[in-house]
Amino acid sequence: MAHAAAVPRKSPVPKPPPARARRSRTGAVPRRLPYLLIAPAGLLMLGFIAYPVLSVFYYSLRHHNPTKPWRNGFAGLGNFVTALTGDPQFLPTLGFSLRWVAAQVALQLLLGLGLALLVHQSFVGRAPARALVFSPWAVSGVLTSTIWLLLYNSQTGVTRYLADLGMGSYGTSWLSDTGTVFPAVVVAELWRGVPFFAILILADLQSVPRDLYEAAEVDGAGRLRRFLHITLPHLKDAIILSTLLRAVWEFNNVDLLYTLTGGGPAGETTTLPLRIASIAVDSHDFGYASALTTVAFVILLFGSLVYLRLSKFGGEAR
Amino acid sequence: MSRPSRPARPAGPTGTGPAGPVVSGRPAHPAGALRPRRSAGDLPRWGLYLPLALYLLFTLVPFYWMLLFALRPAGSTSLVPWPLTSEHFAKVWTERSFGTYFGNSVAVGACSLLMTTLVALAGGYALARFDFRAKRGFTLALLCSQFIPGALMLVPLFQIFAHLRMINSLGSVVVAETVFQLPLSMMLLSGFVKNVPYALEEAAWVDGCGRLRAFCAVVLPLLRPGLVAVGSFAFVHSWNHFLFALMFLSDQDKQTIPVGLNTLMGADSVDLGALAAGGVIAAVPVVVVFAFIQKWLVTGFSAGAVKG
Repeated sequence: MAHAAAVPRKSPVPKPPPARARRSRTGAVPRRLPYLLIAPAGLLMLGFIAYPVLSVFYYSLRHHNPTKPWRNGFAGLGNFVTALTGDPQFLPTLGFSLRWVAAQVALQLLLGLGLALLVHQSFVGRAPARALVFSPWAVSGVLTSTIWLLLYNSQTGVTRYLADLGMGSYGTSWLSDTGTVFPAVVVAELWRGVPFFAILILADLQSVPRDLYEAAEVDGAGRLRRFLHITLPHLKDAIILSTLLRAVWEFNNVDLLYTLTGGGPAGETTTLPLRIASIAVDSHDFGYASALTTVAFVILLFGSLVYLRLSKFGGEAR
Repeated sequence: MSRPSRPARPAGPTGTGPAGPVVSGRPAHPAGALRPRRSAGDLPRWGLYLPLALYLLFTLVPFYWMLLFALRPAGSTSLVPWPLTSEHFAKVWTERSFGTYFGNSVAVGACSLLMTTLVALAGGYALARFDFRAKRGFTLALLCSQFIPGALMLVPLFQIFAHLRMINSLGSVVVAETVFQLPLSMMLLSGFVKNVPYALEEAAWVDGCGRLRAFCAVVLPLLRPGLVAVGSFAFVHSWNHFLFALMFLSDQDKQTIPVGLNTLMGADSVDLGALAAGGVIAAVPVVVVFAFIQKWLVTGFSAGAVKG
């Protein structure tokens, strides 16, 4: 017993020196440590993001086509000139891309905001309701296509059951009619995209200070005014950031359109990235595909900067 | 703020002062005290349940439709999956080799989950804990990479993997998925690390732990929600992604589930039952992961990148 008591009493005395030594050692390491820690991520991103980006810029100035090697060589701005003057598909494709992005972002934001406000209320069964309405978030573009192809197919799809009820005719599909294909694909992508906004906005809604609402209520502000003057200003930055990320994402979205419509009917639903992918895969004209990719970069970069500037991201409000 | 604590000791004669009016006010206006609060604060019940029910319908009918097609016999047009059949599942699993695809998808998902989480954890820790010269530039690069579309990188990535002789190996897909998942994962994890007080780590050093041991013993357990969130995102992302696998893998027995679905959809006459069964197979792991993480989803986002 005496022994056991003596040991712990002794140890506190010699302990501080080693502790201090450790500290200085851990204090000395950080000069190189952070670089060692970010090295794996940095190297991966250099090799598989930065280098490909630079090579896209490089190839955009060249003719490069493995199936026509005799034409390979420096092209200057030739590929860009081709896009603007010699490619009848370029401008319609760009137009569809912009329509697609505008429709998706606007509708997803509107529905997502509404959905977030709904599931932010307290009610019986809120947890399962949240889980269910958010569930398409985890569903892939290809699986979304699968599901909506089952709904839209001409034999046993929704149109058949509508025709049974006397609406429309048998054997039609909304995907093969140029008049209905746009709303049809928009709805399919909305189904998957709305939960993204709802989740982000709900996360931000939960950080609105309660007492702000209470104070406004005491001052007699109605529900609409509280929403406009408290909730919306608080959500502003989250909304700007999520709409921007989503716009970029929807611009680049290839999975869904590629598998659901393949860009058809008659090229009606071909976005710029879809066209680039099909050029690269089908005609192997890497030079031209790279030039279009560069155009897409410039549009995204320029559009994002303008958007952030116009929306005064991170400034005042709140 | 101090109000709740005051009525807690109503023993003294002064203690009844502040609590008194509230209690005695209620019987005077039995309905009036509650009604205005409610109508001004919450939505009326029908205004909540009606749109919610409509939205639930929009969410769930497509899922039901897929289950319906997967479970009812071929040629049936009934809107109820009865009699149940497993013919489509058996067909898709063996004839259309979804069994093989499933294994490949699991392998790719698990590997990119591990790689993404480990690499992003190291980087996220560095970003959260140290000030170093390249930090600003690195963070900026992470943000900028969000604008770079994986789909547009297909051609140069194909060339790189061709040089590395990795075409037609699952490794190429793992690397590509990991790389494009890294920036967001790193930003999320650095947000989670920042939420762990530095003092906890320092306390562990004082107790004689090295930096690594302090990290493993103190920080890692507290990071569990963040790691679950990031790992699940990585898994779901690579499970779902399609273009890299389509482009980099050419052998039939190396394909992943989304490519298999695409093949089914691209057939001249689509076998809808088989397609639906394939869809259910594709959905199951994602639904399981989602059920597991959904309560962390909202907090995960608010702790991470979006809030900066």
